[in-house]
Amino acid sequence: MPAVPDSIGQPSLSRSWKIQCRVVWALLLREILTRYGRHNIGFLWLFVEPMLFTLGVTAIWTALRSVHGSQLPIVAFALTGYSTVLLWRNMPSRCVGALQPNLSLLYHRNVRVLDIFMARLLLEGAGATISFVALSFFFIAIGWLEPPEDVLQVAGGWLMVAWFGMSLGVLLGAWSEESEMVDKLWHPAAYLLFPLSGAAFLVDALPQRAQELILLLPMIHGVEYVREGYFGSRIVAHYDMGYMALWNLGLTWVALVLTRKISRSVVPQ
Amino acid sequence: MIRLAEIRKNYPTRLGPVRVLDGVDLVVRPGERVGILGRNGAGKSTLIRLISGAERPTSGAIERGMSVSWPLAFGGAFQGSLTGLDNLRFIARIYGVDPAEHEQFVADFSELGIYLNEPVKSYSSGMRARLAFAISMVIEFDCFLIDEIIAVGDASFHQKCLLELFEKRHDRAKIIVSHQTRYIQDHCTRASVLSCGKLHHFDNLDEAFGFYSEAPPPALEAA
Repeated sequence: MPAVPDSIGQPSLSRSWKIQCRVVWALLLREILTRYGRHNIGFLWLFVEPMLFTLGVTAIWTALRSVHGSQLPIVAFALTGYSTVLLWRNMPSRCVGALQPNLSLLYHRNVRVLDIFMARLLLEGAGATISFVALSFFFIAIGWLEPPEDVLQVAGGWLMVAWFGMSLGVLLGAWSEESEMVDKLWHPAAYLLFPLSGAAFLVDALPQRAQELILLLPMIHGVEYVREGYFGSRIVAHYDMGYMALWNLGLTWVALVLTRKISRSVVPQ
Repeated sequence: MIRLAEIRKNYPTRLGPVRVLDGVDLVVRPGERVGILGRNGAGKSTLIRLISGAERPTSGAIERGMSVSWPLAFGGAFQGSLTGLDNLRFIARIYGVDPAEHEQFVADFSELGIYLNEPVKSYSSGMRARLAFAISMVIEFDCFLIDEIIAVGDASFHQKCLLELFEKRHDRAKIIVSHQTRYIQDHCTRASVLSCGKLHHFDNLDEAFGFYSEAPPPALEAA
């Protein structure tokens, strides 16, 4: 019987990449099973849940004739705004405390701390993305929404928000291993950041001074960028994708440093 | 060949770090069966986790020239809410093995019957151990790490385990940790004793057993 050759010596970069993809894929399938099981609609919950959120918010905002400072239809507004919030906010929520229930998996040498985070992030990203795309198609099909003016720009902004969510997710996930405070503080922080994140207003509708302050937040640049891609000429978007990229890079760097640090100290159980 | 050089491992406690391993050296060649004796708390499981790569040493180097298993017959690498089969699939995927090829073996070997499709959390500890052992025989390694608890299940199952591990895989290296000399005596060609953070090597088993019988209990004090 041939032995598994993976762990011999130092594998090459392409081999490592292959192993990592394999491990993340295995973790992802396992995560789907543990989270959604094989009962009722099973893994469809992955995107049905965020869809219900977005639909609910859309319905409430429509009913309240929410003031958002533009002539855009509320459906369009809620879909672009709330979907991006789900994208960047759920990723950290799934990563905080993600390690403790999975410590036994670290007995398998090829399973690394970052893999556990990546599996959850990819799943969360996929759920939010499928929900966003499916609802877009649905609203476009029934005529409540115009197709995006620049699909590529929407995708680009979406990816930037996803990058932000992933780096923040790994950062907080790793940090939560060191301090229980992270879990306690993340929930109020996420809640308070929601109204500031640009989901419920256009930056252009704010007074000058408020605009300057609100644009210090990185995710709002992504939201504005997505909206410009969607509505183009009909709104005035305010963003600086370079500024957001700098934030993302910084967060990613800190996230990887923290992950490396806890990888050295974590004890499999 | 597996080579450990100057391995040190500290764990944090409220009173400061405790040094569990203090300069451990070990060489294991292909096909060797090495026993590691130590009293409860001597650091045997820590050592085996370091060799497996599940955990990193505080300092020192570990060189793995052959593929090394995870700590074997260990039941904890399971997800309780998943079924036995799903656990097999997960572990097979991690190691790049096709799970479908091995489902029959695991079913036959573990004797779990319809329970293979039930969540692991509904298993008795004996059932878990049987599943764990069956799954760990699915992935082939050059060196198996065996942490104490190989005496799983009843006598006939124990016999099956011995057959798989020591007869069918007699050519593989094995590192067996235990606090009982009997198990080491039956299955190892040489033995080392872990005591006070040091690993003491001996030329023959009897010398190791003699040293072990006089080894002091672990101190468990902060440095």
